[in-house]
Amino acid sequence: MFELVRARFTTQSALVAEGLACRRGERLVFAGLSCHLPAGGALVLTGANGSGKSSLLRLLATLLRPASGHLLWDGAPIADDAASYRALVHYIGHLDGVKPAITPRETLEFWAGLRGVAANRTGEALAAFELERVADWPCRWLSAGQRRRLALARLVAVPAPIWLLDEPTAALDRDGEARLVRAIAAHRAAGGMVAFATHQPIAIDAAVFIALDDYALAADAAYATEF
Amino acid sequence: MATSITGGFVALVRRDLLLSLRQGGEIGLVVGFFVLAVVLFPFGIGPEPEVLRRVGAGIVWVAALLAAVSSLDRLFAGDHADGGLDLMVLSAVPLELTVAAKCLAHWLTTGLPLTIVSPALALIVDLDPEAIPILVFGLLIGTPGLSLLGAIAAALTLGARRPGVLSALLVLPFYLPPLIFGAGAVEASLAAEGARAHLLLLGALSLAAGVLAPLAAAAALRDAVE
Repeated sequence: MFELVRARFTTQSALVAEGLACRRGERLVFAGLSCHLPAGGALVLTGANGSGKSSLLRLLATLLRPASGHLLWDGAPIADDAASYRALVHYIGHLDGVKPAITPRETLEFWAGLRGVAANRTGEALAAFELERVADWPCRWLSAGQRRRLALARLVAVPAPIWLLDEPTAALDRDGEARLVRAIAAHRAAGGMVAFATHQPIAIDAAVFIALDDYALAADAAYATEF
Repeated sequence: MATSITGGFVALVRRDLLLSLRQGGEIGLVVGFFVLAVVLFPFGIGPEPEVLRRVGAGIVWVAALLAAVSSLDRLFAGDHADGGLDLMVLSAVPLELTVAAKCLAHWLTTGLPLTIVSPALALIVDLDPEAIPILVFGLLIGTPGLSLLGAIAAALTLGARRPGVLSALLVLPFYLPPLIFGAGAVEASLAAEGARAHLLLLGALSLAAGVLAPLAAAAALRDAVE
C-alpha cells in the first residue's frame, strides 16, 4: 500500500514523542507528554475543550513547533528531515479545505497532485465514502457531512502511513462513521498508524488512550514555577 | 521527487486558474476595475487631449497597480480560512514553490488580462500610437513583479482584521519603482530618448521579486499556519 514511501517506512517504524510541551501565546497548554505510536497502532486523544488535542495533532503533523521536547520517526529527529516525514503524514483538521467552486472529483485530483502522486485512486476514494453520486457536483451543494466525507476520502486517494485526524466523526452520520472505522481498520491491518482526537466513543480495537487533561495539570505546575 | 514537485506545482496552478474561472468572473472584476479607474481620470482632469496625452501612461500604470492590489486577497486568504494552507505546507511542493505557483496563477488572471486590454485604454487617454507597444511591453514584464511583491503583503496580513486595506498600505510603497520605470519608459520613448534603460530596470525588478518574494512570503505563511 505504501510503495511510494517505502524507503522511509517499514513495519518496524514508529512515531515517538518525548517530553512534548505546547505553548499557545502566553499559555502552556500541556507539558511533559510522551507517547509511542507503532506501525498498526492507534492513539486516541481525549480531554476537555482547550486541553490541547488539536494542538498535539498539529505538533505531530509539524504544523506547530513544540515549546520543548522532540518528535522521532524511526529513531531519528523529525526536525532533521521534516520534508520526507511530511510526505508520510495525512492531517485532517476541523477545516476541510474544500473549495465551493470545484467538484469532489477535482478536489481529490488536486490533493493527489499536491502530494505528487497519480490521481488513479480517486474512484476508489469516492466509493469508500459513498460520494460517487455527488462526485461531479460543485462542492457548494454538499452538506457538512458530505464535505467531511470528502476530506476523509483524501486518506484513501493518497496513501500515507500516518493518519492524524482531528474529531473525524464530527458531522458524520452513522454510515459515515462506520465507513471511517472500516477505513482505519484496513489501514492499521496494512501497517498504518492513526492518531485521532474525539469526544465520542468510537469502535477502535487495541487503541492507546491519552487524556490530555493530565498533561494540562503538569503545564499549570510548570507555569507556576516559571512565574 | 523532482517529478512529484513538478506535478504538485502544475496541480496548484491548474486549481487556482480553475477557481478564478469558475468563481463568478473574478477576471472580469479586475479588468472592469482597471477600465473604470482609467475612464474616471478624463472626468476629473478634463478631456483636453494634450493634458491626457501628457499623463496617460501614468494613469494606466496607477490603475494597473490599484487593480492588482484589489485582487491580492485572492492569493492566500481563502486557503488560510478553509484549512487548505495546512495541506499545502504538508505537500510535496516546497512552500516557496507553492507561493511561486500561486503568483503565476494570480498573474495569469490579473496582470495578463490587464496587459491585453491596455492598448484600448491607451486610446482612451489618447496616447501616441507609437508609444503603445512600449506601454504594453512594460506592463507585460512589470505586472509579474506586482503579483510577486503583493504575495509578500498578502502572506504577512493573513489573520489580520482588515487584510485587504492593510496589504494595500504595505505593498503600495513597494509598487513605486515599477510605476516609475513603467510610466518612465513611455515618457522616454515619447521624448525620443529610447525606453530601453527603463524597460531593463523594470524587468530586473520583476526578476528580483521572482527570487526574493517566494522566500519572504513562504516565511510569512509558515508563521500564519502556526
